[in-house]
Amino acid sequence: MLAEKYPGEIKKILAKYPPEYKQSAVMPLLHLAQLEKGFVDRHMMREIADLCGITETDVAEIVGFYTLYHDKPEGKLRIQVCTDIACALRGADEFLVNLCERLGIQPGGTTPDGLVTVEAVMCLAACDRAPMFQVQGPDGISYHETMTVDKTMAFIETARKEVK
Amino acid sequence: MAHLLLRHRDIPDIGKLDVYRKNGGFEAFKKAVTAMKPQEVTDAVKASGLRGRGGAGFPTGVKWGFVPNNIWPHYVVANADESEPGTFKDREIMESNPFQFLEGVAIAAYAVGANAAYVYLRGEFWTVAAILDEKIADMEKAGLLGDKLFGSDFSLRIHTHLGAGAYICGEETALLESIEGKRGQPRIRPPFPAVYGLYGKPTVVNNVETLANVPLIVEKGADWYKSLGTADSAGVKIFSLSGHVNKPGNYELPFGVTFRELIYNYGGGVTDGRPVKAIMAAGASSAMIVADDKALDTPMDYASVRTLGADLGSASVIVINDSVDMDWVINKTIHFFKHESCGKCTPCRDGTYWMLHLIERIERREDIEANTELLHTVAKQMQNKCLCPLGEFSTMAVTTAIERFPADFEASVNGGKHG
Ligand SMILES: Cc1cc2nc3c(=O)[nH]c(=O)nc-3n(C[C@H](O)[C@H](O)[C@H](O)COP(=O)(O)O)c2cc1C
Ligand code: SF4
Ligand code: FES
Repeated sequence: MLAEKYPGEIKKILAKYPPEYKQSAVMPLLHLAQLEKGFVDRHMMREIADLCGITETDVAEIVGFYTLYHDKPEGKLRIQVCTDIACALRGADEFLVNLCERLGIQPGGTTPDGLVTVEAVMCLAACDRAPMFQVQGPDGISYHETMTVDKTMAFIETARKEVK
Repeated sequence: MAHLLLRHRDIPDIGKLDVYRKNGGFEAFKKAVTAMKPQEVTDAVKASGLRGRGGAGFPTGVKWGFVPNNIWPHYVVANADESEPGTFKDREIMESNPFQFLEGVAIAAYAVGANAAYVYLRGEFWTVAAILDEKIADMEKAGLLGDKLFGSDFSLRIHTHLGAGAYICGEETALLESIEGKRGQPRIRPPFPAVYGLYGKPTVVNNVETLANVPLIVEKGADWYKSLGTADSAGVKIFSLSGHVNKPGNYELPFGVTFRELIYNYGGGVTDGRPVKAIMAAGASSAMIVADDKALDTPMDYASVRTLGADLGSASVIVINDSVDMDWVINKTIHFFKHESCGKCTPCRDGTYWMLHLIERIERREDIEANTELLHTVAKQMQNKCLCPLGEFSTMAVTTAIERFPADFEASVNGGKHG
């Protein structure tokens, strides 16, 4: 249960918005919940719905609308490579293909050990430092810029030891 | 000239409160609250000629003046969604010179009588939000946020709000829906946010870079500010330069610098020494500019770029050299807009679907001429029919690429990125 594990965080989140507009807390609460398992399950959605005074269906709609929320488990680390126009002009498509080849997966796929999912995403506001990706994982989101496949493989090896 | 917005490039550690204050930080806010009436602040911003840096270039002071004084409370919302492909300037401001931006938020709030302000960041800016939360806490401790600031009756709190991956949330009414905890879909306008905004209350929405200019105007005056840039576009602008240039990055320059100067003097020239073929001045939403001598020597301000049949937008300048064909470029932009269409209105939802279908056929080299013509027709038919500008944006590169680079859509062109 979120309320037991994160009482301080939840209180802080709710305090940001006028008391009569608790629905505003749904997005930050989803971000918080997702840190647990990398996706938001039905139980969490129900709890968030109660905290915000909306229905579980409302919460599920939000999860469906925004691409950073997930309702299914994938790799513990989601490596999201920007292949949008500006990065693609600087080799992002090739980077994605080569990285997936090294990992033995297709873009969108997950490594057999369940550690990493690699997917292509739209512009991440780091266009001058392509190839680049963000990692969505148990600590939130981090940026990795001016990358090479070798550097990325080294990053994954380190993560393999740290993330259980 | 020393940087006015990217001041961290001249003053290390300006992201620390004591360093920012030692360099004059929060003097403008103090001056506004203790020595100026809210209306005087708005008037100064009006007189400065400051125009919104989020893309539309709307005069900032004029927008603030629309907020009615018979409906309360008021809100200020900073638009830190920064999701236009090719744009990465607000992030640098927030990461490295955060207090100047937050001071701008605070002055805007004072000017329009808001006691609460929200910074809406795209969800990917997780670490940027953490930085801002820390800086906001520093301001609270220093008595720069909270109740009765500088001994006045003015109180202010600033909160961050993270989105979760949706370009459409940069559109101001979708952004407000998103803060309200709903799907980010644009509202039908009017009413405009200045009258009916967050929680149905008068709200000023401004871009991060716009707000970062405000302390300068209050501190140094409207006349000084107006003396920078061009008659049409006052002040300095951060140009996000990307694509086929040797030194991509943010360049803070006065409005009116030419494309040639930006690309060759600042950007170190074009990748592989090849000629520049096309320029997208407003990110993926751009009309495609043919990079001939006339275009390269055009000053970058709102009015001049318009003479090229394009817009400056948020000045996200994507440079494309002659190794690339335009069908490949619009394949990218169409994918983007198809992915980001919020689905609320039919012309955009179905139009982006059909554009994607057609460009994929073109990329497979199937019946190129007929499919190109159809693609052009679909894009043209979408124009002026969409509920919000996203739908229109999605057609800009498509129609102009086909019209201005017809050779790239001939059957003899071999397809792909070609380079
Ligand atoms: C699809 C779409 C995306 C937008 N994205 C952004 C954005 O990421 N950042 C931004 O400041 N403005 C964005 N805008 C413009 C905002 O709607 C609004 O005009 C702007 O935030 C106003 O601030 P300004 O006057 O300071 O520019 C977008 C507009 C549209 C239609
Ligand atoms: S134009 Fe597109 S993004 Fe805008 S409201 Fe319609 S469907 Fe949504
Ligand atoms: S295009 Fe890749 S970060 Fe902007």
